Amino acid sequence: MNASYGLAGVSLVVLATLLIGVFGLRFSRTTSDFYVASRSVSPLGNASAIGGEYLSAASFLGIAGLIMAYGADMLWLPVGWTGGYLVLLVLVAAPLRRSGAYTLPDFAETRLESMAVRRVTSVLVVLIGWLYLMPQFQSAGLVLRTVVGAPVWAGGVLVAVVVMMNVLSGGMRSITLVQAFQYWLKLTALAVPLIFLVLAWRYDAAPGLGRDAPPAFSDRTTVAVGADVTVRVEHPVEVMVTGKVDGRQYRTASLALTAGDHRISKDTEVTFPADTAVPHVTSLPARTDRQWAMPLSGREHSLYATYSLILATFLGTMGLPHVLVRFYTNPDGRAARRTTAIVLSLLGAFYILPALYGALGRLYAPELLMTGRTDAVVLTLPGRLVGGVAGDLLSALVTGGAVAAFLSTSSGLTVSVAGVIGQDLLRGGVRSFRAATVLALIVPLVLALAARALSVADVVGLAFAVAASTFCPLLVLGIWWRRLTTKGALAGLVTGGGLAGSAVLWTIAGGPPSGLAGALLAQPAAWSVPIAFAVMIGVSLATPRSVPAGVARTMVRLHVPESLDVDRGTWRPKGG
Amino acid sequence: MSPPISGADPAPVPERRRVLVTGPRTRAARRPRPPVTQEIDEQTGLGEAYMRSLMRAQLRLALLVCATVGAGIGGLPLLFVLVPRLREPTPLGIPLAWLLLAGLIYPAFVACGWWYVRHAERNERDFADLVDRPS
Repeated sequence: MNASYGLAGVSLVVLATLLIGVFGLRFSRTTSDFYVASRSVSPLGNASAIGGEYLSAASFLGIAGLIMAYGADMLWLPVGWTGGYLVLLVLVAAPLRRSGAYTLPDFAETRLESMAVRRVTSVLVVLIGWLYLMPQFQSAGLVLRTVVGAPVWAGGVLVAVVVMMNVLSGGMRSITLVQAFQYWLKLTALAVPLIFLVLAWRYDAAPGLGRDAPPAFSDRTTVAVGADVTVRVEHPVEVMVTGKVDGRQYRTASLALTAGDHRISKDTEVTFPADTAVPHVTSLPARTDRQWAMPLSGREHSLYATYSLILATFLGTMGLPHVLVRFYTNPDGRAARRTTAIVLSLLGAFYILPALYGALGRLYAPELLMTGRTDAVVLTLPGRLVGGVAGDLLSALVTGGAVAAFLSTSSGLTVSVAGVIGQDLLRGGVRSFRAATVLALIVPLVLALAARALSVADVVGLAFAVAASTFCPLLVLGIWWRRLTTKGALAGLVTGGGLAGSAVLWTIAGGPPSGLAGALLAQPAAWSVPIAFAVMIGVSLATPRSVPAGVARTMVRLHVPESLDVDRGTWRPKGG
Repeated sequence: MSPPISGADPAPVPERRRVLVTGPRTRAARRPRPPVTQEIDEQTGLGEAYMRSLMRAQLRLALLVCATVGAGIGGLPLLFVLVPRLREPTPLGIPLAWLLLAGLIYPAFVACGWWYVRHAERNERDFADLVDRPS
């Protein structure tokens, strides 16, 4: 890929984002402007903004990479990320908007009339936000390294700085504009190159993926290894090596790779003859194309993992802090519903695309299975399949889209996390919001630089699991069940957060153990969500005296349409 | 104002606020009842009953959508386990899983979403008609 085109793509998106952000500065003056953009955005604008904010690096890069590596089982990921909005639409959207809360802690406070629940909710929002921000920074590093060869930390720092400037200058009004722009940019950046890729694939006699053999290098191929990897060779093969293999230095020398594991050091080039099976990095399963295309084949405990993934994504979406804050920019509950329905269409249109990238990647960029960097498949394909200036331009376009993905999700998360830190941990008001913004970005940036690299979609999946185990029960029971008590909510939040959080820490810190225990820890939702619900309901039933005093009035506010003139209580969120 | 009524109470006690009006019989018979919005504001038994009916209608609708989606989505992995033949490529060359999960499911989500929006708004209109009706 031509680095200057890629750099141009990155700079353009960064510049456009900053300009729109500064443009929004004029509008935002009061605290309420900062948080919710004065609630005067049209449903399509709002839906685009939600889409723009939601489609993160995991959606833009991660899904295609996971589908390329693991196959049909990963198709559930985008399905769940879209279906989550359907669940959110039917259970949460309108009542949440009607609650009048700006943030999740606001909702917890107004519904349960307890500062203790509010504080626990605040802590969880910040933790989930950081967990979600961390992989955004990590994959920003990956993109900048793939495109312009920058050091890994550079991408994360760049994204953090741009987001900070943007949030500090304009607050959310500018963010809403920026986000709406980002959705359409991301859709274009993924759809337009795909048209060319499919044409190129047809021109190449449209090869299929039904063979009973693992991916192979169809021509003589040189693979540049960018980071140390251990690969598994299935059949002995004669390769040319420049660099270090198994601790020995070679200089354009021929080497017979025996069957088994081999350690290839970074900055090594290995040239394979035509029709060689691609040696897979040991962390990825080597599967035949036919197995790859079939669901539930290959991985251990894939049925459990599939169900847990479905549960986490469908129920976790409603608990993501940056998703909820968007609902307050709708004028009323009815508009919140319509906005969510439009979001479903926008996400559906987008999520059809990554699967195709994953499949094409298996055909045309199989070396990524050897380097283990399947997250880069979306960035690699346009340059690989479309030659010349057109290929460079398309590469610049997907790169721009990827940058848009980090910027938009990070901005949204930063606004929500900073909002919560500013209101609940600092004194509130615009100055606290600014200090909180810096704090909201620094911590995950440091974590991203320190933690070991996990697949971006995996870490995001863990954030979903935590959200599903904490905020999903709080919202669903809070909105629909009058008998939810303060103590019940507290117990459920602490239990769900504790269980899912420990599983996440275990997985991120040391990698999950193998076998069933590993599957249970890597995909905790299937057990942590039911336990959280059970605890919240059980403790509520056992403590009927701590039902909040104003629950009847709160239910009126949550459920009665705005057109009716009824007493909705006097509670107003802090930020107003 | 009456104390808030929690769901735990079996039969909320309605609070009577009507004042006995003395006057010509004909007018007393046509004395307008307080509008339902006022019953809701004062959290009388009647107001609460209206609120419960609204919430129940909306929750039933929401759970219907969730159950449909749950059965469709949740049934699919099970179907693949029970009928392994369905994992194989279809006559079109594309396996069923890809056809559904990478394509058809998204329009289905959108259709479900709009169907829900229409019915939820209808529930709210019905409620508004009921409550705002001059009595």
